[in-house]
Amino acid sequence: MNITFKDETFRDDYTFSNSEEQIKRFPFPFHEDSYMYSVNMEPHAAVRPGSVFENDFDVDEHYVSEMRDRAKVLDEDPLRCQSLPHMTLAGWDLLELIMTSKAKDYPHWFELHRDGKNWHWINHPLNIEQKFIFGDETTLPYGPLEYITRQTQGDFVLLDQREENLWLEAGMVTTQADWSLDFDIGMNFFEWHAPVPLAHEMGIFQRALKFLLNIQQGTPARRLNWTMTANPLLDTSPENYHKWGKQKLEVTRENVGNKMHLRVELQTFFRLPRSNALVFPIRCYLIKLEELVTIPKWGRRFHRVIRDLPEELATYKGFIDNRPKIVEYLSKYDDGQDTSLGIWPE
Amino acid sequence: MSTSKFEPSIISRPVYGKLSAQTASHNLLIADAQGAEAIIEMAEHAPKSFFEQAHIIYIQKGTADAYLSQLESLGANQLYIGPTYQAALPRILNTLENTQVGIKLYLAGTEGLIGQVIRDATRFGVAMSDIQTEHRGSTARRIQCVHCKGIIEDVTVDPFQCSHCGLFLFVRDHYSRRIAAFQGVRVDAEDPGNIPEAVERFK
Repeated sequence: MNITFKDETFRDDYTFSNSEEQIKRFPFPFHEDSYMYSVNMEPHAAVRPGSVFENDFDVDEHYVSEMRDRAKVLDEDPLRCQSLPHMTLAGWDLLELIMTSKAKDYPHWFELHRDGKNWHWINHPLNIEQKFIFGDETTLPYGPLEYITRQTQGDFVLLDQREENLWLEAGMVTTQADWSLDFDIGMNFFEWHAPVPLAHEMGIFQRALKFLLNIQQGTPARRLNWTMTANPLLDTSPENYHKWGKQKLEVTRENVGNKMHLRVELQTFFRLPRSNALVFPIRCYLIKLEELVTIPKWGRRFHRVIRDLPEELATYKGFIDNRPKIVEYLSKYDDGQDTSLGIWPE
Repeated sequence: MSTSKFEPSIISRPVYGKLSAQTASHNLLIADAQGAEAIIEMAEHAPKSFFEQAHIIYIQKGTADAYLSQLESLGANQLYIGPTYQAALPRILNTLENTQVGIKLYLAGTEGLIGQVIRDATRFGVAMSDIQTEHRGSTARRIQCVHCKGIIEDVTVDPFQCSHCGLFLFVRDHYSRRIAAFQGVRVDAEDPGNIPEAVERFK
């Protein structure tokens, strides 16, 4: 894939936008004209060359700017990356998984040369070159989790598996949909999902946990989740909610197409070899409504999904007040025609 | 004299039981305010030898002398009376640090006390299966301001003002055992200045 990394911002002047090619590969999360929670897991296998599902870790045109934004978040609040002491091994597992995957899938951008425990990593887009000893923290500028996730798009959570449960015990979280790593670290699967409405009663988390506990090495899984965000703000953290919350008020009937973004999380799950932990990358993709409606099928479908979404979900996802404006805008792109099943543009 | 009743709550919230004396080589009992009642009730059914190996740390927290004579009559090997949790903390930590294998921990009183001792005890290697809890007295909450990370003790109203950063916060029904606190989030973030009237939610 021949792409140019964009120079753009996810804060202040918000210059973020998607190219035409990037719009076509957006992970649109609705396979039909309505939405309700489900355990929509599938194997994280390569499909559709050029899609975000082609590689283990998708690298796109926003890579360099997203990593710059992450560094800013960490400068302001180092608590966004934490690892309980027993999770260091899982951090090394993750570093290995990402480095080997990226070097294999994007050899023109990433190189990994290994001689026993002596590793040599080259990240061309970010101008990083590092020689280090695998397993020796003193040979890296950060711990292994922080080192590699400062170079990889998406949030990362490391889950320890014990007592038939998953425990959130390390993570890099700067592009989250309003949850706090600092608050949730140490919780088990049910505890950290406690604030989610409806899904507990539906048995969603019990079934999801059962599935996740059984993920084997070499057979990762994935699902899509979504919400909406005013402005292309990656860091919609509770920590900074007192600053960004009021941006929702800036949405008007005139600017809604440009200001309102569908925010999709590509969530993947990999079993790690040494620690037996799971890594849970949560990759955030943003698209403006005006970009989304350039794909006619998506414009029609998204209008119907948002219009018919249960009130409780629109409230939880944080756009209940702006829903009328969003629906009015999208209705102009819904001519009532049938849509084909599946998430692809056509 | 009954164990506290809570409205239906979220999954991350701890569940509290009723204290029941077990045989162990060391018994550490930590209670605040009306938590004394749980210890006194438990003592009615406890074997005589129980308090010979018992260390009671009791925090009055505004109850003055209400329970002192009853606690003294239990005949515990060690009895400490302190005014506040902060005052008792060095002794609690010292005791946990010097804790030997075979200790049983009994915690009674407010959620703030129980949560903080569990947090510290598990750090010192006490297993959850060796800890019993019973909630008594105030249901006031210990809350972490998600914005400035300051801890506010004994919150009874919602919304309330963070005593550290001054923002007005609502109480999100989400509990962290590691922090031993609920989460407070700015109530007027989406409409600055529009702060609903405070309601007493936790008595």
